Amino acid sequence: MPTATNPHSDQHYLAMDLLRFTTAGSVDDGKSTLIGRLLYDSKAIFEDQLEAIERATEQRGEETLNLSLLTDGLRAEREQGITIDVAYRYFATPRRKFIVADTPGHIQYTRNMVTGASTANLAIVLVDARKGVIEQTCRHSFIASLLRIPHLIVAVNKMDLVEWSEARYNEIVAQFSEFASRLEIPDIKFIPISALHGDNVVEKSPKSPWYQGGALLYTLETVYIGSDHNHIDARFPVQTVIRPNNDAHHDFRGFAGRIAGGVFKPGDEITALPSGRTSRITALHGPGATGPLAEAFSPMSVVINLADEIDISRGDMIVKANNPPNATKDIEAMICWFSEAKLVPGGKYLIRHTTREAKCAIKVVRYKININTLHKVEGDQEIGMNDFGRVHLRASVPLLWDSYQRNRATGGFILVDEFTNATVAAGMIL
Amino acid sequence: MSSYNLTHLAQLEHESIFVLREVAAQFERPALLFSGGKDSIVMVQLAQKAFWPAKFPFPLVHIDTGHNFPETIAFRDQLTSETQARLIVRYVEDSIKAGRAVEEKGLNASRNKLQIPTLLDTIEEFKFDACLGGARRDEEKARAKERFFSARDEFGQWDPKNQRPELWNLFNGRKNVGENFRVFPLSNWTEMDVWQYIASENLAIPSIYFAHEREVVDRDGVLLARSPYITLLPGEKYETKRVRYRTVGDSTCTGAVISDACTLAEIIQEVASARQTERGTRADDKRSDTAMEDRKKAGYF
Repeated sequence: MPTATNPHSDQHYLAMDLLRFTTAGSVDDGKSTLIGRLLYDSKAIFEDQLEAIERATEQRGEETLNLSLLTDGLRAEREQGITIDVAYRYFATPRRKFIVADTPGHIQYTRNMVTGASTANLAIVLVDARKGVIEQTCRHSFIASLLRIPHLIVAVNKMDLVEWSEARYNEIVAQFSEFASRLEIPDIKFIPISALHGDNVVEKSPKSPWYQGGALLYTLETVYIGSDHNHIDARFPVQTVIRPNNDAHHDFRGFAGRIAGGVFKPGDEITALPSGRTSRITALHGPGATGPLAEAFSPMSVVINLADEIDISRGDMIVKANNPPNATKDIEAMICWFSEAKLVPGGKYLIRHTTREAKCAIKVVRYKININTLHKVEGDQEIGMNDFGRVHLRASVPLLWDSYQRNRATGGFILVDEFTNATVAAGMIL
Repeated sequence: MSSYNLTHLAQLEHESIFVLREVAAQFERPALLFSGGKDSIVMVQLAQKAFWPAKFPFPLVHIDTGHNFPETIAFRDQLTSETQARLIVRYVEDSIKAGRAVEEKGLNASRNKLQIPTLLDTIEEFKFDACLGGARRDEEKARAKERFFSARDEFGQWDPKNQRPELWNLFNGRKNVGENFRVFPLSNWTEMDVWQYIASENLAIPSIYFAHEREVVDRDGVLLARSPYITLLPGEKYETKRVRYRTVGDSTCTGAVISDACTLAEIIQEVASARQTERGTRADDKRSDTAMEDRKKAGYF
């Protein structure tokens, strides 16, 4: 096994940035092997974990080391040999730290894929070189597209089983590219790999001299993610109000929250929504008493002081005066249904959007989407678990929103069942 | 466009602070479960930062097994007085006396699992609706599936197959009467991140994390410290070794590692080259492949 450079041995560690990526796959497509290799080669798997997997593999009477046992941690998963839930994995190289949302790939786990995709900067879609682009490839890519993951890597796996044929690889690239015209993913890359043998995973393989791009890990390390957050529309959903009421900070009144878009600076003229009152930022504080900030941007958690005593509480939003979000009770959205109980047309739910919670009703189900083809299924308005559909919602109070396409933080929401409190759907405002 | 980038450690800090503030906003009676270990020390630091210049709006709760290292208890009391936090301590010993918990028997008897009834009773006594913990997903494979906001039923149980999905930054803390939440703001941190943060924030930690001379017995590869709660087997003997601890837990099941690391920088170097997970020194996790999942289902931290 190759050994990566020790990611923690120098000053790099404190300066590294963070890439969140998601992988989806089902039994035998090499997803677990790929993740296992990335973890192993970056020293994120430890001896005792490896020994535990070796023991478990042996107990199960399997012959080759079953790296999926590393990610499938729950008793039920190990019994059934399947991934049920999203598992989060961590590894680092000298350039970056990575958070992997490892999700099952079967259609009955679409909701888990959606969950993993919601926070990802990048998705890896695995294609078996022997099978080419299949229904599952399309579904995983559509989910990445609907959730607006900005970067997609198509890893053409098991190249060793097609004799590293350049022609076969090009055929798959062409197949996918044709289909990708329906996707809204700005950055798509292709890499021929063998996860099992490690070719083009951590290091470039001599078996694919015709491939000009970098190895998978290099691509993960270098993909530019600086513009993935919205730095244009200043949005600050208020989480809570901090009033110390102590002698040292008697008049301190700070609005705490996480910046959902744009850049804020001291002196900025702001509007508080929904009241529409205006004021000016006098100070921005990062975590703790580290001194006021010169600017703050997404996804920072900050506390804002304003020049005027205006009434602002949780669920309100502070925005720049010249660039307000939409403020309406009615929204059009694409939703993915998570609950075993089907969507009830006309039904009432709670909507959680930014820090705001309101009652809402699903007024109209416009159509369902076939997630394998992205075709509208006209006339089918029955939305059950793992289904995608377009709906018209009406909330009891105005929501302060941008389209999900413009800003994931102010365009995404969840629906909650009022009686069970379960999260029943995820939604993206159109 | 200028580069609006945060380092990974800053991103983790901002994420954890967001989660801590969500807890304050969504729950009425939160508490921070404090063990005196490195993760809970980071939690206290983050809590102080999240609500600055106010004090953090919840008490510290320590479930004391009675088998703690004295250094940890001294450290706990020092930190409590420095932060002016309210400290609530409840004792496993009291649960045993009251017949709510039964001491384990046998060679590797530990009070680790016995913390469960004491913890659940404490939650009920104070009507806590959210207990903040310092657990991380990289610690253990069952924890890898854990949510930031982890719903527990009225018996404190975790149902791994029926967890609420967490999308974007939207955390659903709604609950029915009697139910409560465990919340894990450090979910996305790794052991290395925790040490780097302790170093960069210059946080004080209990002395047992640094190398020191100690009498230990090697039991199945776990170096257990000499204590009144350990009975030697035939053939076993205490030896003085230079050791330190990677995790701080009950002294009957937390093993030491051979180490010369006396400074944070040396610890970081050691963690970077370690080939064993930190929980590799925990005898309680070696009991079975799903020991952690089984404890969590029963209401463990």
